Amino acid sequence: MRRAVLAAASTSALVVLLLTLKPHQPAAPVGAPPPPTGTSPAPTGPASPPGGSQPGTGTYTGDPVSTQYGTVQVAATVKAGKLTAVKVLQVPSGNGRDQQIAAYAVPRLTKEALARHSAHIDAVSGASYTSQGYIQSLQSALDRAGV
Amino acid sequence: MSDTARGLRHVEHVMGTVITFDIRDERVPAIEAALSEAVSWLHHVDEVYSTYRPDSTISRLARHEIEVADCSAEVREVLALCRSAVRTSGGWFSHLATGFLDPSGLVKGWAVEGASRILYEAGARNTCLNGGGDLRLRGEAAPGAPWRVGVAHPLRPGELCTVVQGRDLAVATSGTAERGAHIVNPHLGTPANGLASVTVTGPGLTMTDSYATAAFARGESARDWLASLDGYEGFGMLPDGRSWCTDGFPGETVPAHDPA
Repeated sequence: MRRAVLAAASTSALVVLLLTLKPHQPAAPVGAPPPPTGTSPAPTGPASPPGGSQPGTGTYTGDPVSTQYGTVQVAATVKAGKLTAVKVLQVPSGNGRDQQIAAYAVPRLTKEALARHSAHIDAVSGASYTSQGYIQSLQSALDRAGV
Repeated sequence: MSDTARGLRHVEHVMGTVITFDIRDERVPAIEAALSEAVSWLHHVDEVYSTYRPDSTISRLARHEIEVADCSAEVREVLALCRSAVRTSGGWFSHLATGFLDPSGLVKGWAVEGASRILYEAGARNTCLNGGGDLRLRGEAAPGAPWRVGVAHPLRPGELCTVVQGRDLAVATSGTAERGAHIVNPHLGTPANGLASVTVTGPGLTMTDSYATAAFARGESARDWLASLDGYEGFGMLPDGRSWCTDGFPGETVPAHDPA
């Protein structure tokens, strides 16, 4: 089941990409997690949104990420704390096979990502992650999007 | 305007992991001050209890440089909690499982429980603290809506295997997905491998966290053991993808994933 293996690998890649999304609008609700602040924390929760924009609303563009299948980049739209759209900006296109895989996998994975998030969760429980592991965790994505 | 009065979110890197504070109460100075206090508390716990810091009280105890009698009342209380967890888990949780003093399996949950309490006492009634995958929930995510906690699928990275709902609840998961086979069967001294992960819910995170560790170490017998505990429920995922839960587990129906 090579197809399945590739699909699984792509799923992981997409999820990782979704997790590395960064806001590109100054008005986006929450920035990246703050660096360690020692014993004097500076809480960075969403301030009162300016200009009537709702908390947890904005478009988040991910960095281009190199995967073993090529470079991938996605953007996600969050409205009122809910993931409403995922747009794939860049997919592997090195050869026909790559394009073929991307053509069927990306729409399906996008749909899955949306379905998963429409379940609406506030937090994620899982095997204890390290500081490093957190970066790729779903909890990290929730924290970044403020949803 | 109620949704613009949403609280605050804070992410703190401490204790070798990341603690997320999600506070849904109105952001007021007393709660902001309590958040600072809670964060300071977590760093205090790290300094005293970390097994990765050679100068921590626990490391010095493990090297027998100091005795329990030399320790603070707080440290003695934590060691008493550990012994209590050993008793109530039939020895499947052990702060001595690896042959040296390591209360980490209980301390993180205890630390997050304490941080949650600091916020509660300052008036924050609706909070969700996530300590590296182990959570303490209080109140609600929104008026009338309980907190919803997705449980990371141990075999399918990025996916969830169930969603737990709760208002005042602790949720702890033990598994190998993040740190490998790091939980030792205290009776055999070998890595536990009967489960891919197990999620335990209960009233407070101190015992819930240690019970998740104990349930994972138990493996096959975890389900019956959790069912026998008053106030605790569990959800287990086997290495082949099959899953189980206790009758009262506050989770949604898990989509059937037949083993491949």
